Amino acid sequence: MATLTHGAPEIAASEVNYLNVEHGWKSWLFTTDHKRIAVLYIVSITLMFFVGGFMAVLFRINLLEPEGIFAAETYNRLFSMHGIIMVFFFLVPSIPATLANFLIPIMVGAKDLAFPRINLLSWYLYVIGAFLTMYAVIRGGVDTGWTFYTPYSSTYSNSYVLAAAFGVFVAGFSSILTGLNFIVTVHKMRAPGMSWSRLPLFVWSNYATGLIQVLGTPVLAITLLLLAFERIAHVGIFDPNIGGDPILFQHLFWFYSHPAVYIMILPGMGVISEIVSCFSRKRVFGYNFVAFSSMAIAVLSFVVWGHHLFVTGQSVYTAIAFSFLSMVVAVPSAIKVFNWTATMYKGSVSFDTPMLYAFGFIGLFTIGGLTGLHLASLSTDVAMHGTYFVVAHFHYVMVGGMVMAFMGGLHFWWPKITGRMYPEAWSKFAALIVFIGFNLTFFPQFILGYLGMPRRYHAYPPEFQALNVLSTAGASILGIGYVIPMIYLIWSLKNGPKAGPNPWGAAGLEWQIPSPPTTFNFDETPIVTEEAYNYGPLEEVIG
Amino acid sequence: MADTVVPAGPETAVEDIRLKHHFATSAQQMDADTLGMWTFLITEVLFFGGMFTAYVMYRNMYLGAFASTSQYMNVVLGGTNTAVLICSSLTMALAVRAAQLSNRRHQILFLILTMIFGTAFLVIKGFEYHAKWVEHLVPGFGFQYEPAQYAHHAQILFFLYFAMTGMHALHMVVGLGLLTYLVVQAYRRVFSANYFVPVEMIGLYWHFVDIVWIFLFPLLYLIGHRR
Repeated sequence: MATLTHGAPEIAASEVNYLNVEHGWKSWLFTTDHKRIAVLYIVSITLMFFVGGFMAVLFRINLLEPEGIFAAETYNRLFSMHGIIMVFFFLVPSIPATLANFLIPIMVGAKDLAFPRINLLSWYLYVIGAFLTMYAVIRGGVDTGWTFYTPYSSTYSNSYVLAAAFGVFVAGFSSILTGLNFIVTVHKMRAPGMSWSRLPLFVWSNYATGLIQVLGTPVLAITLLLLAFERIAHVGIFDPNIGGDPILFQHLFWFYSHPAVYIMILPGMGVISEIVSCFSRKRVFGYNFVAFSSMAIAVLSFVVWGHHLFVTGQSVYTAIAFSFLSMVVAVPSAIKVFNWTATMYKGSVSFDTPMLYAFGFIGLFTIGGLTGLHLASLSTDVAMHGTYFVVAHFHYVMVGGMVMAFMGGLHFWWPKITGRMYPEAWSKFAALIVFIGFNLTFFPQFILGYLGMPRRYHAYPPEFQALNVLSTAGASILGIGYVIPMIYLIWSLKNGPKAGPNPWGAAGLEWQIPSPPTTFNFDETPIVTEEAYNYGPLEEVIG
Repeated sequence: MADTVVPAGPETAVEDIRLKHHFATSAQQMDADTLGMWTFLITEVLFFGGMFTAYVMYRNMYLGAFASTSQYMNVVLGGTNTAVLICSSLTMALAVRAAQLSNRRHQILFLILTMIFGTAFLVIKGFEYHAKWVEHLVPGFGFQYEPAQYAHHAQILFFLYFAMTGMHALHMVVGLGLLTYLVVQAYRRVFSANYFVPVEMIGLYWHFVDIVWIFLFPLLYLIGHRR
């Protein structure tokens, strides 16, 4: 009797988790729980992803015909808003604000991030920024490209630059606060025994991302503010009429935006380290090298911005230095790719959906990275600059890399976030569709760029039509590949089979607590006694 | 017996409220707050850094024009403001010390003195801005400049002047708001030798804003003043 009465409430207690502990919209909008904020972020960035994706569909339709289907002006606004929304409102917050927000406190063995209220504030700033930008979209959009280059955005602007720039400015502070929270959490909130050399590599890569967010984003903020002053006063420091220099804007912009490219890939690399290790059932090969390569990328990312200005009035000696440094930053990225491959070597590799996305990431990121070297070399960049080769290159890194990693991570931790499994067959099918659609969309763009088709034009010579039609066909397949997971993931919330605490038999603190976790993650602070990725024989840990 | 136990209760309860739920110890909480503030100040350095970069670039390009603007800068008011801010930093430091020593009267006194110095700075700055407006030295709003050959490039300097001192003044206004909050909290006896982190953090912020001015004053006011 005693054991029965003792047992019953314990089962009831174990069913209380962060999702059902409170109900109603207030319990979400005023939450300071990092897991709930992560869910808020997942919903918001998914919305923005589909808005940005819809614009991509529209301008890919435009490019079916050599002379274009929409007006040139409409096309300019579509690709600009696609870039602004995807970069600032999807890619930058994609993994840090969602998966890392959810996982970092759990992975380091803490109850929450160091500043829970600042974490909520960052979500509100994101939403305000998103509304401002959507206001610009509804009023007619921006035609400057996502880079806001002066004088397109100042002297000659004829679109809603102020609203969009202010939206990006506000969202930038959301990014800064997220980075600040991660840095302090990793430094000060680690559980006893969780030394730096025992941190999961996902934490390392998001820590490095946090450094970039904190050091880079303020420079973007002040640059956009100066741009706003310039537009309000109709005279300013980027205005050549009074001796100002538009190229200064480019320097300041890329001082943030090149490191920001690594904000958009480092967290993805962290996800891949976790997935590859789990589904190879091996410790990540060369843990220290992978961890420090994240830090190396964070540091080097700040000294390569000049490769965006090779053909924009920069002395040739400066260009040579930037070219060399851009080559150097490829080394830590390559270290990661080699180490993931070495992790799989002689491992017990299984082909679950997250691993499929990880394979996709490694292959596509390698292509994206190697073509980056073409663009880092001075001589080839002069020819390739401003062509579709560049577009293809960064989409291989951003979409083939980061979005693949985001999808992989979302599937990997979906049972932890929701307590439900997703349908296995559908998810494998969707992963395949995404891979095929992606390559069909962007590989032709390498060829187009190599043949000399410039980016950002609504029309093109007729001989490029076949490749453009291929690319548009690929984009529609890719779109379907993103809609399928959206449907089955929502379906799985109610109908998916219940997941146990550790469906993958994975190592790591997050798999030792219930799925979904309780509000404070751990009943008592865990004490860490082993290295990360301490994988033993499979049957011991699965459950 | 029960009466003797009760007083201990609220005291420990107050301690628990200040220690937020997700920290293990108050030392950990203080460490986290301090690191968070320093990290925030680094972002501020980079925020102002963008403007300093623009300043350095154009000063090298247009040194003559930049030096000629010094005749319009009021060094006396600027210098007075520098002194005022340094005094405010001293009183801020003393306020932090008073909080650490649980001296509520001194703490409120020094916080209010800091606010008076801060307000004085903004008032003096307001007079300077007004003078610039009267002399048509606001870029984009009927800018006129003598000597005429420097007019274009001097406009860049004045753009930077208003952007940099304006952002600095905005930070002062935010600082005054934070100090008001501290005065109210100090009045409510929140701070003591056991709990003074907010005073110290806002103090750090205040010193940072002061240091920005220490750089702004010579860079903007003294370009043409060489011996």
